[in-house]
Amino acid sequence: MKNLRGVVGGSVAVVVSAVFFLVPFAFIFVTASKSVSESSLLKFSWPQHFVLLDNLKQALAANDYLMIIAFINSVILTVVSVAALVLLGAMVAYVWQRRGGRFAGVINVLVLAGLIVPPAVVPTIWVLQKVGLFKTMPGLILIEIAFGLPFCILLFRAFIASVPRDLDEAATVDGAGPVQIFFRVIFPVLRSVMMTVIILQTVFVYNDFQNPLYFLPGTENATIQVTLLSFQSQFNTQYNLLFANILLVTVPPLIMFMFFNRKIVEGMAAGSVKG
Amino acid sequence: MASNLSTPDATRVSSSRPARPTPGRKNRGTKKNKGPYPYWFYLVPGVIYGLFFLAPTFSSFYYSFTRWDLFTATWIGLDNYEQFFAEQALVIGLRNTLIYAVMTSGLKVVLGMALAVLLTSRIIARGYLRSVIFFPVLVSTIGVGLTFTVLMNPEKGLINNALGAVGVAGPGWLTNPHLAIFSVGLVDVWKGVGLATVIYIAGLVSIPQDYYEAARVDGASSWDMFRHITLPLAKPATASVIILSLIGGLRSFDLIWSMTKGGPGFASDVIASVIYKQYQAGFFGLSTAGSVVLFVLVTAIVVPLTWWLNRGETA
Repeated sequence: MKNLRGVVGGSVAVVVSAVFFLVPFAFIFVTASKSVSESSLLKFSWPQHFVLLDNLKQALAANDYLMIIAFINSVILTVVSVAALVLLGAMVAYVWQRRGGRFAGVINVLVLAGLIVPPAVVPTIWVLQKVGLFKTMPGLILIEIAFGLPFCILLFRAFIASVPRDLDEAATVDGAGPVQIFFRVIFPVLRSVMMTVIILQTVFVYNDFQNPLYFLPGTENATIQVTLLSFQSQFNTQYNLLFANILLVTVPPLIMFMFFNRKIVEGMAAGSVKG
Repeated sequence: MASNLSTPDATRVSSSRPARPTPGRKNRGTKKNKGPYPYWFYLVPGVIYGLFFLAPTFSSFYYSFTRWDLFTATWIGLDNYEQFFAEQALVIGLRNTLIYAVMTSGLKVVLGMALAVLLTSRIIARGYLRSVIFFPVLVSTIGVGLTFTVLMNPEKGLINNALGAVGVAGPGWLTNPHLAIFSVGLVDVWKGVGLATVIYIAGLVSIPQDYYEAARVDGASSWDMFRHITLPLAKPATASVIILSLIGGLRSFDLIWSMTKGGPGFASDVIASVIYKQYQAGFFGLSTAGSVVLFVLVTAIVVPLTWWLNRGETA
């Protein structure tokens, strides 16, 4: 009885979810595989001439390989920002959680403010201009770090609370300094939460559109999300190329997602070995 | 949070180093042992955060009262705010922001809860379903926006074709000024409901099964169990979903910009898109006033709501 209900309910859910969640992605794929004239009909159908590879090549080569340049820019932005966020977030969370003290309340307010308050755009541009970093990659990286820090600090802090203080104390007794304790003792213990921070921040920064739009305008150093939108007006008669671009931008998160899922399975396997 | 932390810390510090029992005095006189938790770890992140987040936020209050070209600022009092609340296009942006935030967070609560109940029940293909519903959360908002703009095309789009096939005349999703903001909101829900579902699933699996068994013994129906066990015990999850989607909804820009650019006309403008348009037009003071309005709106809604939801949780 119960099992039958599970099968029927599950099957219905699979069909409904396919209509709502898979069709849009399938639409991206088939449109990216069509010829120009066929794609302009906007039909959800299998392409008569399957020219996905040609379209991808054309989309990548458009505007002097702008898409590839944008992709490289996005990778630089994401890797540097996320690396800095992991390091700085863990350092703040460590001292905040361990020491408490005078600054603990202040940091609590700053972290919550950073999560809630929307950044003021034009004054941020003004500050960037003052320090000579407006329209530069380092400037945008610093912006991503400033806006992403509160969330990272919270994640790290919750995890560090579960790391026993005996570790720090044993290292202190052994004569290790604060920097050594942090990098040799604490940092390695944070592996699993670090993984979470890296995955989430990579998704946020890679998909970020608003900050690159404001703080790194111009085509020669654009990131991939801004470039994608700029292609909308350029390819408004070539839907196959527009969707080839959308497909290219969607692939990295898809790979990430597969990787992310496997990490969970690995983690569970490791946990059951210990348990 | 801070208070339950400081107690063990204070005792620890005073026992290991009785030299500084008063927290107000710095240890600048003491030798070189700064303790294993040095404050200079705060330095670099503090400077980045202060310079690129705090400083712009505080200075926005001043510049919102000026006519500003980034070099010289002329004080003009409340003119920017008067303009903001007098011009029809900007008032629409304010109204749309509220509609959008309330609509998306309401739908995410209802659908997220429903999907979580479904995905924690005994049905087949649960793992597949969770992945499929969650994946859009990770995908580029711009990509999603462009795709749904095409799917919502009034004549040729897949959605209206499908509706036409069952005899329903689909509306002009993004071309009808009264409908556009709601259509974008629906796409936002499509993209974000996976996160709400995952939060609810985590909340639901932490409810002890004994409660349901006891209720079943007492002859409770499925609805009774949902109403009196699931719903109250999932309240922390509901609070998280509401707060997260309200913050996201009030600040949202990417999806609206990639689908309608605030159009047709100003019909689907939100505060964030008004800020961008005024910035592009060179009205930096007015744009900054928009930032301040958004700041006040988000703070005035989210801070009391967070306090209220968390208070209810402990009571």
